[in-house]
Parts: sequence; C-alpha cells; structure tokens
Amino acid sequence: MSATHRILIVEDSPTMRQLLVFALKRLKGAEMVEAQDGMDGLRKVSSDHFDLALIDINMPVMDGLKLIRLIRGEDNLKQMPIVVITTEGAKEDCERALALGANEYLTKPIQSNRVLQVVRSLLKVE
Amino acid sequence: MSDDRKTLFGRADEFMNLFKRGAEFSKELIAENERLRRKVLELEQHQTFAARDDGEWDKLRGELLMRIESLEEERSTALERLHQLEEENHQFARRYVEVEEENNNLANLYVASFQLHSTLDLSEVVKIVIEIVINLIGAEMFAVYMLDEKTNRLEAVASEGEAAESFPKVPLGSGIIGSSVESGETFCGDPTGSDDFAKPIVCIPLRVQDRPIGALAVYRLLQQKGSFTPLDHELFTLLAGHAATSIFSARLYSQSERKRNTIQGFIDLLTK
Repeated sequence: MSATHRILIVEDSPTMRQLLVFALKRLKGAEMVEAQDGMDGLRKVSSDHFDLALIDINMPVMDGLKLIRLIRGEDNLKQMPIVVITTEGAKEDCERALALGANEYLTKPIQSNRVLQVVRSLLKVE
Repeated sequence: MSDDRKTLFGRADEFMNLFKRGAEFSKELIAENERLRRKVLELEQHQTFAARDDGEWDKLRGELLMRIESLEEERSTALERLHQLEEENHQFARRYVEVEEENNNLANLYVASFQLHSTLDLSEVVKIVIEIVINLIGAEMFAVYMLDEKTNRLEAVASEGEAAESFPKVPLGSGIIGSSVESGETFCGDPTGSDDFAKPIVCIPLRVQDRPIGALAVYRLLQQKGSFTPLDHELFTLLAGHAATSIFSARLYSQSERKRNTIQGFIDLLTK
C-alpha cells in the first residue's frame, strides 16, 4: 500500500525521533523517514518527495535553520510545510525559523498529541 | 345457420356481457356513493349533537386535554433524554481528552524505556538519560551523578546547562542528593529553579534493588515549562528504576568485556 503522506523527521536525538515516529504513526497512511542531522535531511529531501518535514533546530553537522534556508531556496520545495522543533521557549529561534519559511514550531518537552494536531492541520487531514 | 349469423350472435353475446359488467360496476359505484353519503351524514349529525350536547363537548375536551398531557409528557421525556445525551457527550469529550493524555504519557514512557534498554554502552546510556530529561521532562539544567563505591561519594559524570566539573562531589547520605540516594526516595521541591548545586528542585535516586548507583538532579526547567505534570512523576519513577538498571548492566557488561579481553590475551600468549 502506498503512503498517503510522507513525512521527513530531521532530528539528531534517537529518543526524539522514536517519539515523533510513534506519535505520527496514528496518522492514517503516513510514512515517516528519519534523518539524523541537517545534511542527512538535505540529502533525503533533495532526492525524494515529502509532504511535510519536522526539523529540529539544534543539530550537529548542519543545524535546522540552515536546512530550512536551503530547502526554501529550492523552487520545488517552497510549498512543503515545515514544522520546527526547538528546545528553548525563546522567541528568537522560533521567529528566525518562521522568517526563514517554517510554517509552525513545537517546543520541548514534546507532547505527541500536539505534534499530531499540528501535522494534521498542515496536511489538512482529519 | 350461416357463418354470418353465427358471428352476429357471438358479437351480440359479447356486447351483452360487456353491458352486464358495466351495470354491475355502476351498481357498485352507487352503493359506495350511498355509503359515503351516509358516513358524511353521520359525521354531520355527530358534530351537530356535539355542538348541542355539553357532555359530548366535555368528553371531547377531556380527550384533547389527555392528548395534550401525553404530548407534554413525551416532550419532557425527550428533553430529559436530550440533556442526558448532552451530558454523555460532555463525558465522552472529557474521556477523549483523558485518553489522549494517557496515550501521550504511555508513548513517552514507552520511548524512554525502549531507549534506555537499547544499548549496553555506558556513555550511550548516559546520553539517553540526558535526552530523556531534556526532551521528555523539559529540564534546562541538571546533572547525572554516579556513586564512587571506593570513596562513597557521588560525582557528576554528565550534565546540561553547566559543565559536569562545576557540580560538587556529594558524600552519600549528605544533603538533598546524598540523602535521596541513601534513602531511595525521590525528592521533588519547588519547580521555580535553583542556582544552588546542593539544592536541586528534583533528585531522583538511581538504585538497583537496595544498591545505590547514582542520582539525577534537576536544577532548572525549560523556560516554557512552568511546573511538573503527572507524566513527569511517572518519568521520575521510570528513570529511578530503568536508568539505574541500564547503567548497572552497561557497567557489568563493560567490566566483563575487559575481563574477557584480558583472559583472551593470556590464552593467546600461552597458545602462540
């Protein structure tokens, strides 16, 4: 069966990745692809189609903000919804991410029902 | 008889039959008409008598009042049922929120437990403990203490928000951290934050059965996290047991690996 929604999770923490996958499994027909840092995420998003990306800001190799800038620089990825995950509640990070083209942000500690709510709203699914 | 005459008689019979059926149908129509006329007359008379007779009016009024009463009863029953359904709806909505929250909590606990037992590498286990405390509890400054069994002192081996060396060594049984590890009881204080390394807001003792392993001391929560939730307390309990077991297993595994390598070295030396 082919996936209805393909979601890319770019996050360096395996715990967080597993939690996000776990939360999004409740979304019918969703397929999650994991990337462990910004560079890995960029490779995957360039070579494959995704309906949405969840990106952590603080990551080794390439951080989330740089990844968002590069994604939004690609014509075919301009419309892909991006959700940013940030540890700090500080507005700065969130505002920078939103200014770069992210659509929504989530702050840690992550609540799986909140993740699902945001993703559902961006993908416009019940 | 000639054929022409036979045909003529045949047609006359057919015509007669048709006429008879028509006559019967007309009779039926007349009878039905008569019946309806009588019915109308009967109703007219009934109405006339009812109009004249007070008793009949009372009877009619009584019947109507009874009907109104029964309709009122039906209406109030329906309203009552509607209220019940609304209340049930509210209850379902509340239960849905509770179930969602429970789902969220279980997902977090499952992931934390899964990750803690996913490796036998001590540094990986400590890294996972740190990830859980940041991502699932939402702590900004904390330290993971390990008990040095030779000196009986707790020493910070990993931390977040401050360098591990900044945290003081704590004798077992001393202060909030030492007492918590010795007694095996989680300390949970005011969540507003503390800059005093001797006074964490939370201290989770890490113990395997009665054996103290170390402690997890939280000093400050993330800016957006105002207070502890029921899930946090579940996570404290989970960490107290599972993190301790994972650290203990990883240490044993590392020791046994070292011993195995030493023995293998001796065997190689003797056989080669």
